[in-house]
This record gives sequence, C-alpha cells and structure tokens, in this order.
Amino acid sequence: MTLRRVMIALLAVIVIAVPAAGTVSAQAKEMFVPSTVYRTGPYAPSGTPFANGLWDYLTMLNERDGGVNGVRLVVEECETQYDTKQGVECYERLKGKNGGAMVFNPLSTGITYQLIPKAGVDKIVIHSMGYGMTAASDGRWFPWVFTFPTTYWSQASSVIRYIGQQEGGLDKLKGKKIVHIYHNSPYGKEANPTLEELSHKYGFELTLLAVDHPGQEQKATWLQVRRINPAWVYMSGWGVMNQVAVKEAAAINFPMDHFIGNWWSASEADVIPAGDGAKGYKGATFHAPGANFKVHADIVKFVYDKGKNIGPKDKIGEALYNRGVVNAMYMTEAFRTAMAKYGNKPLTTEQVRWGYEHLSLTEARLDQIGLKGFTHPVKVSCEDHEGSGPVLIQQWDGKKWNVVSDWIQPMKEVVRPKLEAAAVEEGKKLGYTMRDCSKEN
Amino acid sequence: MIYREAGQFKSTYASDQALFPIRQDRVVVGLAVAAAVIAVPLVADEYWLQAVLIPFLIYSLAALGLNLLTGYAGQVSLGTGGFMAVGAYSAFKLASAFPGLSVLVVFLLAGLVTALIGLVFGLPSLRIKGFYLAVATLAAQFFLLWLFNKVAWFTDYASSGTITAPPRTVASIMVTGPAATAPVRYLTALAFVAVFALIAKNLVRGRVGRSWMAIRDRDIAAEIIGVRPLRTKLLAFAISSFFCGVAGAEYVFLYLGSAETLAFDINVSFLVLFMVIIGGLGSILGSFLGAAFIVMVPIFLTNVPHLLGLAMPVALQKQIELMVFGGLIILFLIVEPHGLARLWQIAKEKLRLWPFPY
Amino acid sequence: MLELLYGVFVGPVKDMVTGPAFLAEVVIGGLAAGLMYSLVALGFVLIYKASGVFNFAQGVMVLFAALTLVGLMERGAPLVLALLVTMAVMGALAFAIERVVLRPLVNQEQIILFMATIGLNFFLEGFGELVWGSNVKKLDVGIPDSSFVVWGVQVNRLELTAAITAAVLVAGMAIFFQRTRIGRALRAVADDHEAALSIGIPLNTIWVVVWSAAGLVAIVAGIMWGAKSGVQFSLSLIALKALPVLILGGFTSVPGAIVGGLIIGVGEKLAEVYWGPLVGGAIENWFAYVLALAFLLVRPQGLFGERIIERV
Repeated sequence: MTLRRVMIALLAVIVIAVPAAGTVSAQAKEMFVPSTVYRTGPYAPSGTPFANGLWDYLTMLNERDGGVNGVRLVVEECETQYDTKQGVECYERLKGKNGGAMVFNPLSTGITYQLIPKAGVDKIVIHSMGYGMTAASDGRWFPWVFTFPTTYWSQASSVIRYIGQQEGGLDKLKGKKIVHIYHNSPYGKEANPTLEELSHKYGFELTLLAVDHPGQEQKATWLQVRRINPAWVYMSGWGVMNQVAVKEAAAINFPMDHFIGNWWSASEADVIPAGDGAKGYKGATFHAPGANFKVHADIVKFVYDKGKNIGPKDKIGEALYNRGVVNAMYMTEAFRTAMAKYGNKPLTTEQVRWGYEHLSLTEARLDQIGLKGFTHPVKVSCEDHEGSGPVLIQQWDGKKWNVVSDWIQPMKEVVRPKLEAAAVEEGKKLGYTMRDCSKEN
Repeated sequence: MIYREAGQFKSTYASDQALFPIRQDRVVVGLAVAAAVIAVPLVADEYWLQAVLIPFLIYSLAALGLNLLTGYAGQVSLGTGGFMAVGAYSAFKLASAFPGLSVLVVFLLAGLVTALIGLVFGLPSLRIKGFYLAVATLAAQFFLLWLFNKVAWFTDYASSGTITAPPRTVASIMVTGPAATAPVRYLTALAFVAVFALIAKNLVRGRVGRSWMAIRDRDIAAEIIGVRPLRTKLLAFAISSFFCGVAGAEYVFLYLGSAETLAFDINVSFLVLFMVIIGGLGSILGSFLGAAFIVMVPIFLTNVPHLLGLAMPVALQKQIELMVFGGLIILFLIVEPHGLARLWQIAKEKLRLWPFPY
Repeated sequence: MLELLYGVFVGPVKDMVTGPAFLAEVVIGGLAAGLMYSLVALGFVLIYKASGVFNFAQGVMVLFAALTLVGLMERGAPLVLALLVTMAVMGALAFAIERVVLRPLVNQEQIILFMATIGLNFFLEGFGELVWGSNVKKLDVGIPDSSFVVWGVQVNRLELTAAITAAVLVAGMAIFFQRTRIGRALRAVADDHEAALSIGIPLNTIWVVVWSAAGLVAIVAGIMWGAKSGVQFSLSLIALKALPVLILGGFTSVPGAIVGGLIIGVGEKLAEVYWGPLVGGAIENWFAYVLALAFLLVRPQGLFGERIIERV
C-alpha cells in the first residue's frame, strides 16, 4: 500500500515539475554555443571523441584568450544518442537559451534534415560539416545551412580520383570492379548517384551493397564481395557497421590497402577491435590525424592541466577528436570573420551567418592559430557553402593513422551541376526562392 | 461527497446512454477541453508546445489505435511503427500528388490506406495467437520500413531519401510546413484526437467493441455464440491501423516536419506499447494517461538536474535517465499492473465516498 | 513480366548450380550465423520454459555479460578468473531480478511480465554503460578470426568454434533438463506454476536457477558475438535477430532454438546473396521474420513448440 502511495506521489511530482523546464537566462559579453553530442548509445564510440575535441578547443580559447576576441563562449552539451527525435528536442530546448544559440552542429545527417527547414524560420546557422544534406551546399537556396569543407559527393569523386591515381591513371579504371558498401540510410546513399555517374564516365563496374542499421551482421555482404572480387571497396558506414566491416574484410583476407572508408568510417574505434587484421585499411579525411600540432599543446596546457577536460588525455589526436577540433575551429574563425565587420561584441545570428558565408581561411591564418598543415584552406561564398574542398587519404598501420597522399581535389565539373539541380529540387519543396548573390555583399 | 450521483435522474433513454452520464464528469471533461483549446495555446511557450504537447497528442492517437487492437481485441501487435510509417508516406504521396487537396482530407485518406495495409498484415492473426503474433507483426514492421527505404518512388525520388511535409494551409492559416506556428499545429492535432477518441469510445461501447472483447477473453466461446473471428479480428486490425496511420501522418506533418524511415523503427512500436500497457489495456482514458507518462518522464528526467542545480556530465545523466526510466516502469507494473486508468478508477471510487472511508 | 519471373525463379537457381563451392560457402556461413543466433535464442527459451516470461532483456544480458568479462580482463584479470567472476555476477543479477521483478509480479499476465522485462532492458542498458563505459572493447579469448580453405570453401575459425560451443551447450542443457531432478522441476514449473507449488517445488529457487542458467548462456553468447564484432552497445540488438529463430523453433523448445537458428541463418544468407541483388539488397532483416511467419502459418506454435490446448 505504501508503495502505491509513493508511486502516486512521484507521478504528481512529475506532472508539476515538467512545466518548470526550459528557463532562460541571458548573460552579457557571452555567446552561447550548444553542442549536440552522443556520449551514450550505439554511436557513442564515434560521438564521444568528437564531443571532446569540440569542447576542448572552445574551452582552450576561453582559458587562453578569454574567448573569441574577448567574448566568452558558453558551451552546453545536449545528448541526442544519434536519435532524430532527441536531436530535435535538444534544438528546441537550447535554441533560445542564454540569449540564443549562435550555431548548431547537429552531428547527424538525420537531425540535419529535420533542422534545415527550421533554420530559416528560427534564423540559426546550421553547420553540417562534411555530412548531409549535400543539396544544401548551394547557398543561394539555403542561406542558413553550411556544409564546408566538403561533401559526400565531392568525397566520392576524390576517392575515385585517388583510386585512379593508384591504378596508374583514371583511364585504367575501365573494366575494373569497385564495390560501394553503404549504411542503408539517407546518409549512406548520398554518394551513390555520384558514383554511378562516375562509373559511366570512366567505365568501371560499380556494385552497390546496402547494410541495414545497425550493421552488426554483414556475413552475406562480404560473401558477395568475395564472389565479385573487386579491385577496390569504398565504404560509407557509421557506428558499429564500420568495425564489423573491417573485421569481416580481414576475415576473408581482402587486401586491406584496397579498402577505403569515408571520413566517418576511418577512426580508431573502427580499427582497434579488428586488431592486426585492420593494418593497411585506408580512410578519407579532410584534416590530419595526430596530436603534434601547436593547438594540441595549448589544449593540454590550458584545458587538461587545469582539469577542465571531459575526456581522457590519451585520446587527444584521435581522428574523430581532431574532427571535433576542426569543427570548433571553423566555428570560431567564422565568429572572428563576423566580428571583424560588426565589432568585438556578442553577435546576432544574422551576423554569425554573414561570418560563415564570408569565411576565408588561409594557410597563413592556420599557421597563426597553431594548425599549420592540419587542414586545407577554405573559402566559403554565397553560392558555394561547400568550399569544394579536397581530401587526404590516411592509412592505419596498426598503431596510428598516417597520411599517405597529397590533397586530392574533387571533380567539381561532375559534382557542382548535380548539386545545383538537387538544390533547386529541395529548395522548391520547402517553398524557398533563390537568392541573387550579386545583389548582396 | 463531491462525486455523488444521488439526485441525478434520467428521464430519456438518450440521456441514460450518454457518454458521461454523471454531471460532475461532464463538467470536468468540459473544463478540460476548454482549457486544452483556449488556455493552453495562450499560456504555453513554444518549447512546451513543440516538445511536449504536440507529441503527446500524436502518441495518444497511436496509443488509442494500439489499445483498440491489443487492449480490446487482444491481438498483441509490435508493428505500430510500420503502420505509422505507412500513414506518413501515403500522406506525403497524396499531398504531393494532389496539391489542392485539403491536408485534413489527406490525413484521413492516409489513414484509409493504412487500414488496408493493416488488414493484409492482420491476416496471420487468424492462425497465430499471443506472443507468436506479436513477433509475426514484427515482420510487418521490418518489411514496411525496408520497402519505404528501398523504393525511391515513396520519397518522390528525393536525393536525400527523406520525406518533407509540404506547406499547406487550411482556411488560409498555415497548418503544415516550417512556417506553421506551434499553436496552430497543436490545435489541429487536438481536433483530430478529440474526434477520434469520441469515435473510439463509441466503438468500444457498442457491438463492435463487445465482439472484440469477446474474442479477447475466450475466442473459441465467442465463435460458438456467433461472433465471427475472421471479421472481428480483421476489423480490429483495420480500425487500429487507421488510427495509427493518421497518427503517423500527423507525426511527420505536424511534429517533425520531415522524416526518414529510421524515425519509425521498432523503438516507436515499443514506445507505443508501453503507453498502452502503462496507461491501461482496454481503456480509452488509459491511452491518454500512458502517452502523457511516456512523453513527460524523459523530459522530466532530463530537466531535473537543472532544477536541482546539479551539473552532471551529459553521458552520466543519460545513463541515469535510462536506469530510472526502466526502474519506473518496473515499479509501476508492480504497483498497478492494470495501469494508470485503474488508478484513476480507484480514485473516482474513493471520491464517491469521500470524506467517509467506506 | 517474363524477366521478373525468370529473375525470381530461374536466375538464382542457375547461379547456385553453376557455383557449388560458393553455394557451399553461403550455406556454411548461414549455418554458422544461425548458430550464433541460436546461442542468444537459447537464453530466451530457458527462461520462457521455466517461468513463462518472455525475457526481452536477454539481449542486454548478453551485452552485460560481455561487458563484465571484458571489463575485468581489461583490468588485468586472467581469462579464467574473469569468467568465474562474470558467472558470479550473472548469478547475483539473476537473484536480484527474481527478488525485485519476478516475485512481486507472480501470476500476472504474460504481457505485464514482458513489459517488466523491457523495463529491465532499459535499466541494464543504462547500468552497463554507467559501470563499464561506452567505448568499443576488443574481446580476445584466444580464438583467431581468420579463415582456412577446405575443398575450395572458406571456413572461418571463430564461427567453427562458436558452432562447436553451441553444440556442446545444447547437449549439456538437454541432459540437464531430461536427466536431473532440477531439470524435471523446471519442466514442472514451466507447465503450471501453481501445480508445481502445490507439490512442493520451491518456485523462487527454481527461478533463480533458471535465470542464472540463462545468464550463463548469455555469457557464452556474449563471448562469441563479442569476439566476432567487438563488445559494444549494438550487441543488445542481436536479440531482435534471435526472435525469428524463437518463433520458428517454438518458444519452449531447446532443439527448436537450434534447428530454427540453422533454418533462419541459411535462409537469410541464401536470400540475401541470391535474391537480394534483384531488389537492391539488405533484405536479410525482414526476410528472417517473413520466413518464420511462413512456418508459423503451417505450425502456429513453431516447429517444436508445445501445442497449446485451448479450453472453452
């Protein structure tokens, strides 16, 4: 009987307490940056290092420089578990908090698709760094969405270019077999149209193999790979699918140096479980791996030595940790670009958007920040929110990732027309009209 | 003392058969509806509408549908997510193929399509019973999601592979699309739920509901007295799928805005089943109470640390949330296995006699 | 139309006939995968047989067992010690579950108990992650995940080991249920709780024994799956793949779990490899369920399940 009363009391508390949720408090001289993360759930092995990298870089700026040009950054994490519903809930809860969120990094293609229509209405920048939706890279249709430094379509073309390089020329691809193993979701399917077009153009035989979420069981897929016996395998995977794929590839004795994962399929969590079998596995990326940059030294000094970190020290420099750092770096550089025009004070979201759209990251600037050679210079413009960046290929040697190629340019002449057509399609669906970039500054 | 029925005499059959025969009930329900329609849109802020109330209404509709099937007709189904997906995708196709069609009609037509699909997947229920049927409905769940994922026609060949709710107006007020305001969407969802709850309540009071309950309790005996199992079970599947289909269409058009198949995966099926069981199997009110519980508890758990002033790392918070959620479910089932509706019933009984103990 | 018929009926069969070595590989791969599913399904069967509870949390128990084992090994415990401690932990878990969840819910309807195990599922998920963290862990029990070729067919060492382990486990359990007193008591409890109580079988002890046995099976399944794909959160989703095995074989039959696993495994792989490309692939998931459903239509309680005698 008393248990029942406890239960009823608990229910009453819940009913009363829920309305008290979501209180707002604005601070002066601060900008609010929500950080959507997944530190729990099936994608946690990939989400945790990213979240740590982002947090560390922004905290380092706060500690070392007092923020961006004197304006402190308030970072609050929100757990999405890579679930679209929770991601939208995080967005709704945090978009107005602390004076308003400046920018959102959804960290998930699914959540990005949900937020793209809301971005224009709520006027918050969405930075979908290197993930979906690729069609939103045309800034004339989607002024509030940015996808730089590069997108899946460009990455696919760069990888084909790399394969061509390895085979001795793009013309040597004719008749060769290439398999694309992809996560059976909009994210995984993104690269397929581009790959199909390239297979017509260069004459290679493309086979598309889908792996259902979560990708725990891939025996049938790899049996088919064995039967096809391709020259190269490209993978667009995520979460547990990656490591299972690497293990299965090793188990069927596939030559690992002919297996390339995209930039979300090439992190430590994907190769360590396979042990020695993963040696030689390659992956695409748009920044260097490793912790040998001046920024990392600063992070250790200002964040870890002061105990303000969340993650462990030995994971600094992992592939996805650096991805988080690069995301944070783009964000703060965009803020700086906006502040150069509007002044060193807390910005409005319109100003932040201007900053993102006029971001021009040069080699010299990268050197200044302490990231010399870390990533490629980026230039964003009104039409081009993608930056059309090149990729690097890195290879796992059993202990760490090493860069094994130069910067490989994407095939802009193939990708850009498709992108513009898709942007028109998606933009019209949402009832947008195209901006005229020449009329704006 | 408050809840006394003494002195309320009925002089017509109609008033005797009314949905809420006791005056106090009528007053409370009337006040609740008035509050929901008038007060809430004025008072609630956007977060509350968007993240709590609109999903609550949509999930109540789905829970209502599942309750009709599982609570009243006794057919356990784990395919709710798949049926909601059918509703969502058919609503999308209808809306994009017939732009002039009112979005309200689109929802109803989507429900009809889902009812037909539900009919097909309900056919095994004639042979298979109990948990075996539940697991068989998972076949529906997985197959439907695979179909929507694979066949590009369903997403109108979108390169993104997602469906987006097109902007539509009703009486020149924006109802769907990014420009539709939260109060408008809330009122639309409320209207649908109110109408369908009324329909469901009358269904279960009448011959159809009684035949369902007969099949649920003793299906062989029911067959002997003339209840046709084929028709009854298929009707249950059809009507339940109708409700779930409309809920699915609302899920995309009024709540999320756009969706991919992962939004309807098996977790949704389990979530709606929780709502039905915690709310109370075989009770219309229970569907609402269960939906409220399941929607509010995670939000409560997410916000409690803020309220108490604790700053917990996000991962720890989520893990504790999971543990507490699971623990609450178990606690709840131990305390009241017949659900929140039963608690409400007991409360009403007590109110009849209050302040006297017996 | 003709092409469609050709593609569905003739093409794949021709494929199979012209590549017998590959067909053998697919079948062997299917058998191995099926046995891995059976390992998980066995836990379900044990608990359902003896306590009438459909334990949805079995998948999470597999994950929890694997996490505990790996966590202990990471902290330096040798394999045997870690195994023993894990068994003790699963036993303690069984005891706690019986006390906290099962005893208060005795005699409730099946669906209520099922819901309680779902609640348990959430609880163990959060708890496991809380204690052991959410990183991917490598499980190394000394079995290499490499393949060797015999008669032109590639066979995987890890899968072979899993198959042998499953066979041993099933044989052990069959002997346990048929020949020992406790086994008979378990079968009595599975038949009718109240009747078993009335002849003096201690229900609570039996339940602790059963859930511990299921925990043991979960450890074995966890080791095999963990060695195959690393120990991380998605391991709990294996339960969803084991469900078709259960419905095909029958909820109450141990040989059913094995036979069902084999059928589902082979069917799934054959469908994916030979018919999958026709429809764009990734049909494994729902095909398993549809296959089980097809069998159910012929035998509504599963191949080896007990025929439910209905009374009016």
